[in-house]
Amino acid sequence: MFFELPVISVAIWLPIIFGILVLATGDDKNAPLARILAMVGAVLGFLVTIPLYTGFVRDTSDMQFVEMHGWISRFNIHYHLGVDGISVLFILLTSFFTPIVVLAGWKVIEKRVAQYMASFLIMSGIMIGVFSSLDAVLFYVFWEAMLIPMFLIIGVWGGANRVYAAVKFFLYTLLGSLLMLVALIYLYNKTGGSFEILDFHLVAIPMTAQILIFIAFFTAFAVKVPMFPVHTWLPDAHVEAPTGGSVILAAIMLKVGAYGFLRFSIPIVPDASHRLAGVMIALSLIAVVYIGLVALTQTDMKKLVAYSSISHMGFVTLGLFIFNEYGMEGALLQMISHGFVSGALFLCIGVLYDRMHSRNIADYGGVVKTMPVFAAFFMLFAMANVGLPGTSGFVGEFMVILGTVKSNFWYAFAAASTLIFGAAYTLWMYKRVIFGAVANAHVAELTDLTLREKVIFTVLAFTVLGMGLYPLPLSEILHVSVNDLLVHAARSKLP
Amino acid sequence: MDSMTNFMPAAPEIFLLAMTCVILITDSLLKNSSRMVTYMLVQLTLMICALITVGTHVNGVTYIFHGMFVDDLMSDVLKLLTYLAVSMMLVYSRLYLTVRGLFSGEFMTLTLFATLGMMVMISANNFLTLYLGLELLSLSLYAMVALQRDSAAATEAAMKYFILGALASGLLLYGMSMLYGATGSLGLEAVSHSIQSGHANKTLIVFGLVFVVSGLAFKLGAVPFHMWVPDVYHGAPTAMTMLIGSAPKLATFAFVARILVEGLQPLVQHWSGMLVILAIGSMALGNITAIAQTNLKRMFAYSTIAHMGFLLLGFISGSMEGYGSSMFYAVVYVLMSLGAFGMIMLLSRAGFEADTLDDFKGLNQRSPWLAFMMLLLMFSMAGVPPTVGFYAKFSVLNAIVQSGHVWLAVAAVLFSLIGAFYYLRIVKLMYFDAPETHTQIVFEPDTTLLISVNSLGVLLLGLLPGALMSVCAVSVRQSLLLH
Repeated sequence: MFFELPVISVAIWLPIIFGILVLATGDDKNAPLARILAMVGAVLGFLVTIPLYTGFVRDTSDMQFVEMHGWISRFNIHYHLGVDGISVLFILLTSFFTPIVVLAGWKVIEKRVAQYMASFLIMSGIMIGVFSSLDAVLFYVFWEAMLIPMFLIIGVWGGANRVYAAVKFFLYTLLGSLLMLVALIYLYNKTGGSFEILDFHLVAIPMTAQILIFIAFFTAFAVKVPMFPVHTWLPDAHVEAPTGGSVILAAIMLKVGAYGFLRFSIPIVPDASHRLAGVMIALSLIAVVYIGLVALTQTDMKKLVAYSSISHMGFVTLGLFIFNEYGMEGALLQMISHGFVSGALFLCIGVLYDRMHSRNIADYGGVVKTMPVFAAFFMLFAMANVGLPGTSGFVGEFMVILGTVKSNFWYAFAAASTLIFGAAYTLWMYKRVIFGAVANAHVAELTDLTLREKVIFTVLAFTVLGMGLYPLPLSEILHVSVNDLLVHAARSKLP
Repeated sequence: MDSMTNFMPAAPEIFLLAMTCVILITDSLLKNSSRMVTYMLVQLTLMICALITVGTHVNGVTYIFHGMFVDDLMSDVLKLLTYLAVSMMLVYSRLYLTVRGLFSGEFMTLTLFATLGMMVMISANNFLTLYLGLELLSLSLYAMVALQRDSAAATEAAMKYFILGALASGLLLYGMSMLYGATGSLGLEAVSHSIQSGHANKTLIVFGLVFVVSGLAFKLGAVPFHMWVPDVYHGAPTAMTMLIGSAPKLATFAFVARILVEGLQPLVQHWSGMLVILAIGSMALGNITAIAQTNLKRMFAYSTIAHMGFLLLGFISGSMEGYGSSMFYAVVYVLMSLGAFGMIMLLSRAGFEADTLDDFKGLNQRSPWLAFMMLLLMFSMAGVPPTVGFYAKFSVLNAIVQSGHVWLAVAAVLFSLIGAFYYLRIVKLMYFDAPETHTQIVFEPDTTLLISVNSLGVLLLGLLPGALMSVCAVSVRQSLLLH
């Protein structure tokens, strides 16, 4: 029955419509109503994406749940949506996190509640749009529209240096996007008047143009991932964003960049991707090793997790550009896992921050004495961040390293160093915050998790463990699409 | 098709002229307190003009008055949009002008004369009619800027506008005279034929072209002929700035299209090279200088310069596709510009101009709705989807990439990135900063409604831009004849 419903459109527009309804509740007098309405919208938004998983046909790489309507006939632009094994997981990830983010901001956000909740709901719809667009202009519209709510989220509800962070975030990402736009228009003319992404996959392009297009895509996607050396906006944005903003940034927005590499760079310009793979691998390894070291020196918990995110995303880009099945599937699993783990870690930090109003590691110590339940959850997520076998973090990292060994031992050697650095910075932070003597009177007064927080963390803990122990339901979905992508990537498109 | 006796294609102009005279006389008999009657008459006139324009529309291109005047789809579409823009300008500025004592019959009749000038520019098909329309528009605008007699800034602005504008007209006229000398004709079609035949003196033609392009650049406010723009935008009362910054851009588009495309298409190689320099210069200087401005009207002046650079890009492509995208850009720009200046006037009070950046601080706390409307306008100007400003940039970029100028497209997007910064700053001020004043904003029903329609229109056209794009493309394709 779900096949008749335009499932993807509902998944995109339902949260957006609820967002507008939430906005309509007006000022903070109606905050309780805004919260409830937002929660209803978020939960419904998640429920409507479930058919995408249950109804997904696993043995084809074709686009499914396709919707196609004319939109701008003059440029042959269509409202064309669809999912394959790669994008469906990201859509689920997005819709899964929206209720969590709404719940996380339930009490903490007191000013302009309606605008806050609405931003996240609208954001959620837009991101699902990014993952499901099959028309390049539609993709671009969603891609850019994502900036507006995120800009406001960081700038309005963020920390002390929020304005700087918001503007930096916006301009960095806009630079990349605009160059991508030129590349898309070039491809449109190259295909003889089609903005279909799948048509872009087929068109022959000479090498010079391929390299230029690759660079344009690279600026757009690398900024979002973010890759070294264009990663500097991320720590700023994370530190200044409210908890919900950090969660969405880390869990989903970073994935948008890697998704772009998968959907655009690799299949559209495979020859340039192979030619420049060395550069991409080098940048990825720098991210893994150097940013891992940078994370070690952080004194601010959020900054530490932000740098850890960059380092983990380095793994993802590494997996993508070694061009084998293990690498690519590992990269995808790593992305999903990192979504859950980093989201959970930011929520953990948010829990501490709400109580202490400090993110400084030095202000903490002995939290386990006052918050034992929290300490247990935090431990689990920290371990998942390290990549302990049995947690979701292990599967992806292991597969990427395995894939890398196949192509070059020394790459794998460098990448594997993250197992040490990652453990070092995560566990060291954990030790300083949770163990030891009770640091000060504020820590002594801490109260443990509320029911609301327990619900959030329990759900996340189950997901992280479930993915680590039994990743098959995920990998079977992406398997065929990944193979197809690799076939595409191996086929030269030089004229 | 050509006939001396057929007046119908010029009926809107004739009606407007007649009504302007009627209004001029009626207004002189009215008391100061009943100025609303004049206002209503003006609005009614514009509405009837629109009806006449629609009613007299015939398919194809009609030339009258021995080819001096042309009526085609493009001119009808542009005229309709001009009425709309002028009418919106009047609604936005009614209260603003009333509290400043400028809501007078002179203002309204000058507005109508300016509108008539624009209409003549849009429909002109001969150097003389083109010039006639341009001067009618310009002279009305000079007078309007100077209308606030006791304001030193406005007087200075009017003076600068007049002197530089006269210089530009001189340049244009000089260029036209050279083209006339070389080709022996003032009609665009004949000029085009003469150049194509190769009998005309090439040096003289190119020389004339340089002057014509300079004159056009002056009127558009493109670098390096942009000096007057910031001073005039800043000094003039906001209502006049709004008029200067909105509808005339449509007329100027038609003006440039008629001269360069219909008249001088054989010289496309020459003028597109000149336009590249003008466009790059305008986008660079406009966007970079706008960052340094603290006055909003000045900032918008520089932003206009940058936008005009973008508009010229469409012409550089030298294709129908490109001219259509330029027209779309002009229409979208007018819509955004009306909204932005409308917002300034909405926030202004008696004796207070809300025209500095600080006046927009914390607008989200004073009125979330207005802040959201302004947010839409600013993101549209910056070219961020899902607002219509994006599609304006998109179609222009598409045209230049299609014509092979990829590097120009890259330069254009880099400059619009710089531009995004100062639009973003306004959003930042509205949403992230605390308000400096808590004065109640006076919500007049008509202006509030109009600004909402205007800004939501920017969003709605961004979601469904297809129709307007097609209208522009079709009307350019049907109307601009390559002789």
